[in-house]
Amino acid sequence: MLNFPIYLDHNATTPCDPRVVEAMIPYFTNSFGNAASRNHPFGWQAEEAVDYAREQVAKLIGADPKEIIFTSGATEGDNLAIKGVFEMYASKGNHIITCNIEHKAVLDTCKHIEKEGGEVTYLKVKDNGLIDLAELEAAIRPSTILIAIMYANNEIGTIMPMKEISAIAKKRGILVFSDATQAIGKIPVDVNKDGIDLMAFTAHKMYGPKGVGALYVRRKNPRVKVTAQIDGGGHERGMRSGTLNVPGIVGFGKACEICMNEMEEETKRVSALRDKLQNALLKIEESYLNGDKEHKLPHVTNISFKYVEGEGLMMGFNKNIAVSSGSACTSASLEPSYVLKALGLGDDLAHSSLRFGLGRFTTEDQIDYTIEQVTNTVNKLREMSPLWEMYKEGIDMNSIEWAHH
Amino acid sequence: MAYSEKVIDHYQNPKNVGTLDKSKANVGTGLVGAPECGDVMRLQIEVDEATGVIKDAKFKTFGCGSAIASSSLATEWLKGKSIDEAMTIDNMTIVEELNLPPVKIHCSVLAEDAIKAAVNDYRKKNGLPELKFEESVVH
Repeated sequence: MLNFPIYLDHNATTPCDPRVVEAMIPYFTNSFGNAASRNHPFGWQAEEAVDYAREQVAKLIGADPKEIIFTSGATEGDNLAIKGVFEMYASKGNHIITCNIEHKAVLDTCKHIEKEGGEVTYLKVKDNGLIDLAELEAAIRPSTILIAIMYANNEIGTIMPMKEISAIAKKRGILVFSDATQAIGKIPVDVNKDGIDLMAFTAHKMYGPKGVGALYVRRKNPRVKVTAQIDGGGHERGMRSGTLNVPGIVGFGKACEICMNEMEEETKRVSALRDKLQNALLKIEESYLNGDKEHKLPHVTNISFKYVEGEGLMMGFNKNIAVSSGSACTSASLEPSYVLKALGLGDDLAHSSLRFGLGRFTTEDQIDYTIEQVTNTVNKLREMSPLWEMYKEGIDMNSIEWAHH
Repeated sequence: MAYSEKVIDHYQNPKNVGTLDKSKANVGTGLVGAPECGDVMRLQIEVDEATGVIKDAKFKTFGCGSAIASSSLATEWLKGKSIDEAMTIDNMTIVEELNLPPVKIHCSVLAEDAIKAAVNDYRKKNGLPELKFEESVVH
């Protein structure tokens, strides 16, 4: 029996694992203390719980617990890392290198840095969504203080070559920051093996609660510091003030522990379902995979169905299946996905894309149903599509003078 | 954003999807929008030459649900109207009928443009002067 609606948008957020919720509950009621209250058992209990969670989080990424700064989420982590490094290392330089398919939390922060007198290079990705390492090397200047490259992309799931990126950075003494929101808990990430100095991630993409995340800040080789962006009390080694979200942090820790223990099995199961879905959908005529086929997260696929529009396509099944689209119609900006456009996709293919994000609770029945629904809707909408008719008649669509709005 | 029931109904049961023979003198075709913008509408009318009344209308649309619904509704309204009456269909009437939210008004504008383009194509084919329109603003 299928229960509707089916959730296939796990790159947007994930449900809390019931084990996570269970771990959190006592910290709302009985153990409600402030982790900064040093003088009574309520505070001690909260502090102990936070310390334990800090270990759980650190362990998942191969870090020392002291290197974990709790934040409100990855957006805050991105801001703290980039602005914090820019301010802290101002005497060393003012140049940051990033890439054009980063999350808006990184791109908008970089725009802010530019207004503050910083210089930012936005590397273009190749058509598979990966950066060109030679271009990265060529972009480095004497004033470069930070390379900020995402671990894995949120729309297409491509995994960046972090080890190679950090090797280039190390040679020049440049810090490496990675927004690893999509990767943590899905694939093995180790800050030492990967050579990462700062890394932002969040609980709600890995079956933890919303509103809590972490910034990893390396403590040795080199010892990294960031200028606090939120002042008031000097929590989190002075880098992030504010009363700790104890229940959230406890849940985050538990979520990390579960990912640590179950990642291998889960990846096998979920990637098999993803492959089944991807292979079936790519059998549809004129459908195209977006992003690199190999260097990719195990649970996501992004496919364009040419000659049908993404939002129209989703409407065919969105009562029963939740996915997301790179179509402009689904965004506030009325522009199609900048990530897909950065891969060199024409606007028409960007408008025609769907992202399927599978997760811990996705079943084979759900995937079979999704394959059937998407295939039927694509076929139905193509019967209604003037572009499909032209394609079938062999008309060159570039020869038509479209009335561009 | 939730769709109105009327939009969903037109999307699920679109009226008058299809193609008319555009080589016929009494068929007018309007093709508006662009693939890069995520909306292309093709609207066709078949006119009874004796009466000047639209006896059939068909559409094909590449676009979101609101674009499909706007064109489906337009074909319904066109049938039985004279080509002059067809020109009175206003995009805001489509907006009201389908309950389109502000962000989807451009779909109704596209449908109005498609109607005008189809009527003009028919006029041109039949030696009638083409009608001039102000450029649509809301695209």
